[in-house]
Amino acid sequence: MWRYLIPVGLLAALVAFFFVGLGRDKETLPSPLIGKPAPQFSLPRVGDPTQNVSTADFAGQAYVLNVWATWCVGCRQEHDTLLEIAGRGEVPIVGLNWKDEMDLAQEWLRRLGNPYVATAFDPEGRVAIDWGVYGAPETFLIDASGKVIYKHVAPMSIDVWEREFLPLLKKTPVRE
Amino acid sequence: MKTCVLAILLLMIVPLGHAIDTAPAFSDPVQQSRYEHLSRELRCLQCRSETIADSNASLAEDLRRQLRELIAAGKSDDEIMTYMTDRYGDYVRYRPAMKSNTWLLWAAPVLFLLAGCIAAFVVIGRKAKLPDDDLPADDRARTGMGDV
Repeated sequence: MWRYLIPVGLLAALVAFFFVGLGRDKETLPSPLIGKPAPQFSLPRVGDPTQNVSTADFAGQAYVLNVWATWCVGCRQEHDTLLEIAGRGEVPIVGLNWKDEMDLAQEWLRRLGNPYVATAFDPEGRVAIDWGVYGAPETFLIDASGKVIYKHVAPMSIDVWEREFLPLLKKTPVRE
Repeated sequence: MKTCVLAILLLMIVPLGHAIDTAPAFSDPVQQSRYEHLSRELRCLQCRSETIADSNASLAEDLRRQLRELIAAGKSDDEIMTYMTDRYGDYVRYRPAMKSNTWLLWAAPVLFLLAGCIAAFVVIGRKAKLPDDDLPADDRARTGMGDV
């Protein structure tokens, strides 16, 4: 009896291992920033480089930071969704324009509509490194105490917004 | 023949000499060797199975620049690895750190070898105890051993 049970048991263990292992999402890397204070930045503003956009401008309130670029296909894909979310007025969306060109970014916002309360211009990707950005679009949720509480790596959709972001947003005060 | 072998051997060395950077990043050889070492310890998050030393991705380029600046600023190897893992998590280490949740990963090759050895010993030991004359009837007929 044992002679048959051992190989069958091993096979079952292997199948279980692969079932769990192969089904897991390995594309999305867990962010070590979750639960930590949001990295601070102060960058020129897209549209008006004489002005700065800084994390300090949003101190004491919850906001969304969306990392985008004009060369990023997924960003084009999620743009209408961002416009819709911005239209709902639940939380301000701050843009982080990543490794892009100022005039292209401005043209993009003019042509497609601007969902952002302000967009920071990060052509060298230095701030993006502080935020652990590895592929646009990425969307962070920051609570009123200035902590990063969620990160979504992929184009935003209304479904993701309502399932992942809204419940967290409801749990945290929008203003401190 | 000899030139052929030599050519193949030389071709095998080519990838070792391959580098993205065209010029050394540092004039100081100690800093340069630290830079080369650390850039092989850090993973490019865009292309996953490459280190930032081997990758042409724009993120790898940025991380190499960051690494150069951190070395130039006098940061230690540990400080630089912490800087990277604080931002990108443990996955940025090309070789996983030895931690409580990774010991099985590191021990797995030894454990598999051990399991294989035990299995081999058991099977060989059991077979060794069997009499030599256990060939099936048709094999016995073929080898001319006849009935025992």
